[in-house]
Amino acid sequence: MRPFLYEHADSPERAVKAGGQFIAGGTTMTDLMKLDVMRPEKLVDINPLTHSRAGQIEVTDSGIRFGALVRMAQAEAHPAVRSSYPVIADSLKLAASQQIRTMASLAGNVLQRTRCEYFREVSWPCNKRVPGSGCSAIGGVNRQHAVLGTSGDCIASYPGDFAQALIALDAIVETTGGPKGLRLIPFAELHRPPGNTPHIETVLEPGELITAIQVPAGPWTRRSRYLKIRDRDSYAFALSSAAVALDMDGDTVRQAKIALGGIASVPWRATEAEAALRGKRLDEASATAAAEAALAGAKPQEHNAFKVPLAKQTLIRALLETQRMEI
Amino acid sequence: MSVAAPEPGRNMGQPAPRVDARLKVTGEARYAADFPAANLAHGVLVTSSIARGSIASLDLGEAKAVAGVIEILTHDNVGSAIKPLPFGNGSATSISPLTDAKIWHDGQIIALVLADTFEAAREAAYKVKATYNAEQPSAGFGSAGAETLPAVGQAQSHKEDPAVGDAEAALRSAPTVIEVDYSTPTQHHNPIELFSTTCVWNGDQLTVYEPSQSVYGFRAMVAKQLGIDIGKVRVVSPYVGGAFGAKGSMTPRTGIVALAAKRINRPVRCVVTREQGYTTATYRAETRHHIRMGAGPDGKITGFSHEGWEVTSRPDSYVVAGTEASARLYGYGAVATKVNMVRADRNTPGYMRSPPEVPYIYALESAMDELAIALKMDPVELRRINDTMKEPIKGYPYTSRALMECFDQASAAFGWAKRNPAVGSMRDGDWLIGMGCATALYPTNVGAATARVRLSADGTVRVQTAAHDLGTGAYTVIGQMAAERLGVDLAAVTVELGDTSLPPAPVAGGSNTTASVCSTVLIACDAIRDKLFKSAGQPNQGPVKAVLEKMGSGAIEEYAEWIPPGAPPDAIKKLYQGASTLKGGLEGEKMMCAFGAEFVEVRIHARTREIRVPRIVGAFTGGRIMNTRTAHSQLMGGMIWGIGSALHEKTEIDARHARYMNRDLAEYLVPVNADVPQVDVILVPEEDAEVNPAGVKGLGEVANVGTASAIANAVFHATGRRIRDLPIRIEDLLDV
Ligand SMILES: Cc1cc2nc3c(=O)[nH]c(=O)nc-3n(C[C@H](O)[C@H](O)[C@H](O)COP(=O)(O)OP(=O)(O)OC[C@H]3O[C@@H](n4cnc5c(N)ncnc54)[C@H](O)[C@@H]3O)c2cc1C
Ligand code: SF4
Repeated sequence: MRPFLYEHADSPERAVKAGGQFIAGGTTMTDLMKLDVMRPEKLVDINPLTHSRAGQIEVTDSGIRFGALVRMAQAEAHPAVRSSYPVIADSLKLAASQQIRTMASLAGNVLQRTRCEYFREVSWPCNKRVPGSGCSAIGGVNRQHAVLGTSGDCIASYPGDFAQALIALDAIVETTGGPKGLRLIPFAELHRPPGNTPHIETVLEPGELITAIQVPAGPWTRRSRYLKIRDRDSYAFALSSAAVALDMDGDTVRQAKIALGGIASVPWRATEAEAALRGKRLDEASATAAAEAALAGAKPQEHNAFKVPLAKQTLIRALLETQRMEI
Repeated sequence: MSVAAPEPGRNMGQPAPRVDARLKVTGEARYAADFPAANLAHGVLVTSSIARGSIASLDLGEAKAVAGVIEILTHDNVGSAIKPLPFGNGSATSISPLTDAKIWHDGQIIALVLADTFEAAREAAYKVKATYNAEQPSAGFGSAGAETLPAVGQAQSHKEDPAVGDAEAALRSAPTVIEVDYSTPTQHHNPIELFSTTCVWNGDQLTVYEPSQSVYGFRAMVAKQLGIDIGKVRVVSPYVGGAFGAKGSMTPRTGIVALAAKRINRPVRCVVTREQGYTTATYRAETRHHIRMGAGPDGKITGFSHEGWEVTSRPDSYVVAGTEASARLYGYGAVATKVNMVRADRNTPGYMRSPPEVPYIYALESAMDELAIALKMDPVELRRINDTMKEPIKGYPYTSRALMECFDQASAAFGWAKRNPAVGSMRDGDWLIGMGCATALYPTNVGAATARVRLSADGTVRVQTAAHDLGTGAYTVIGQMAAERLGVDLAAVTVELGDTSLPPAPVAGGSNTTASVCSTVLIACDAIRDKLFKSAGQPNQGPVKAVLEKMGSGAIEEYAEWIPPGAPPDAIKKLYQGASTLKGGLEGEKMMCAFGAEFVEVRIHARTREIRVPRIVGAFTGGRIMNTRTAHSQLMGGMIWGIGSALHEKTEIDARHARYMNRDLAEYLVPVNADVPQVDVILVPEEDAEVNPAGVKGLGEVANVGTASAIANAVFHATGRRIRDLPIRIEDLLDV
């Protein structure tokens, strides 16, 4: 690692004032610092906030509020999360390893960075790491890369799981230290597609701190699940995943909330699929039509064309399995 | 007794727990990088980011400005101070970094930064700026500029392609013929203990602490690299945290670190990062295979042809040439084989658990399944029909071969009889079920070895031999051999290994350690008994305890040397000089092999096509089993690795630049616990007095042979898709 300053912050105000790169569980930060990919001059350790509201899960009739420093393991084990928001519990339980989930915070999780190998090894040109240097993954090894939301400058996939549950459920991010002090950001607006600035990954300003993530209640949260398809049965990133929440009237879809993971540059809300299902009977045919709609704009690379049929099958399976859930 | 510690059957030793288990789980066991040294300096490697060309310039200004940096070794200041070693005989590569500006492969060492702390060394290493004269590299198969040559005539290790009869004619006239191509990917060992070297000079005496499968080999190689007398060097490696072949031949880092320690007059430790391990050590190179097989309606194979291609580095002729094994496994009629090597701009490959058998037997056992299907025959029966007690090339006999016994026991335990042979016929809800099986074999190698055993008057025993425990249980089984022979408790025996101040033992390679070292310890123990009972004037029988009181001296010590049949008379002298002579296996006029049969069930999701292995059963024969616990553990671990090599493991290469991509355990996948819910091991009793005095066949490598084909065969059974290129992944089973 390169030398860096290190400061503890025991309140959100101090954290913002310290003006550095936040570190929570550190499972992304220290990894990328050791690889010399991230070179913060100052680390602001926000773990002391765990003992405040930022470390708590609050459940009310109108929804659930996760403090930014709630650990993945803590959220996944919470009884109300498991019973009323199973898609959230699943997305956490199926991520990383137990050890990582015990360390990793929820805000840190949604801000984890891509697994693109060209990004993680500093000797490669990479627009995300060094703007304007080029994208080595285009024409290179790109099995894990995205087929949706990519650009000619970056095809990296967003690797996380939890974010799909959040975007599907219309979560809202609470922050402080932004341009106007406190602000609420719809989760769907947090991540920015790469466009021609792949190094800018979110709408957060430098030094802006996430304090909490709110998930509104709704008639769909109970009938919800997260399906993750991967090369091995645990401890692997998604090749493809689907977060699905359904509000059903018998076999008819009142409302479907759908997000796809492992295949897109950012957490991906599949609005076309949702529209295709609204008011329809949910069966093999309508699920297939929804999956076709979701992937209509897919742009595969040399090694990841399989992600298109895989993502479709993942969504079909997730829809039908969610429909069959006993709640 | 438990699953992990099976009840010993006939000719099997007790499942004694590992004598070093407590040391290891409490962190007391000292691995190479744990040895303390006063005034230690830390070394961090800098590696190249191109695969071919030369270093144009190294800008060290910023790096040297980092506080705590002592010195940076580069080709500008090392040059001829390191003598390049030829490839082979214990040297992993002829590529000799820092001796000149040439770059042979991605990730080649271009500098060693030395500093007072690890942190400073690493920071400075980031700041070394290299510029290159880059040339277009060839990554491997199919790359422009890669050069294909027959192995015979190039590779030291492969003198002749085994062949017999007229295979072309046999294939022409066979009523059923299959002709198929297979391939296996690049794989890296990834031992959990990282590669490291710590060098301490005391005057002109050098001590090297490095995880090693061959302490005497390393001693000889580093002495050559430095141009010093081998007697001035001691290599210490008491515990090794996994090796799998990666720590068998010495890599050039060792001499570089020794030179650094000499130059700065301080001990130096260099721990290689996980990523750097991919390019500064060895790996299993990718292979391709072309197989033709012809058989009569009775299933008898009349013609077999196997051609292989293997990637190697530009300068070195490394091949595994597994046709030596595939050509001898069944009683074929005529046989033709050929091995080719493909030179590319890559680091030199090296031994990795069952180096020849994993790729070549994968191809053969997959072809056997394809032939069984073409013949509409049960795949187990096809193997029974072609089972043989004589290898087909020269007609040499196997000393023992209970392959079909393994098949029968494993198939019964697995429930093969309940398999519906029709493809795609078995299903459980949304999951397609497939079942497959394959043969495993591994040659029984033995090497000349020495050992010193001392029996003290208080009944304690000390065994000393520079063998290696890679986590396999060598300390325990060697102790068991001495305890059994002398009739004392295992607790009374102390075993010392992994140090060139002990009498030499062969490289821990080719699964020979238990066979070679236990045979030698047995001879030493018998000599002690002889002396003891003679001096006591009593018949030589029973535990030594009875006569200890009559022992006139404080201790009896015996040094034994054992040279296996077929080895040259100077094998022991060579061993002292660092060269192991392995014999037995498929080399001589008697075929010596451990065998096994593996059965797997796979489940494939009908929609999303992920592949899982809910259970695997393997039955194995290994002659005398010294310890059922350690044997079980080796065999279970081998099968798990086999699952990984079928479904998970692959080092991705950017073909444009000949560079490895997924160089860590987050992206280089191996099975995790969830992937191996049930792994059943059956130890089939076997006695074989011919293999070696201990009657032992090594079991370290047999179990990951064949597994990948059993899985590929099961995938075919489940889906009707024959995937011939490993690993088998989700994309192979989806319609794109
Ligand atoms: C081997 C491995 C496998 C993994 N597998 C998976 C997987 O399968 N699925 C998955 O979803 N994830 C996976 N992960 C990623 C893991 O979940 C994330 O690393 C983790 O969630 C990050 O949380 P953290 O608290 O450790 O974040 P940190 O490392 O502490 O921080 C991550 C980033 O978030 C910023 N940050 C942290 N907190 C805040 C805040 N409150 N406000 C603003 N910025 C903040 C930091 O500055 C940093 O940029 C894996 C990680 C590893 C190493
Ligand atoms: S895909 Fe994005 S992260 Fe990967 S190399 Fe290209 S620019 Fe960099």
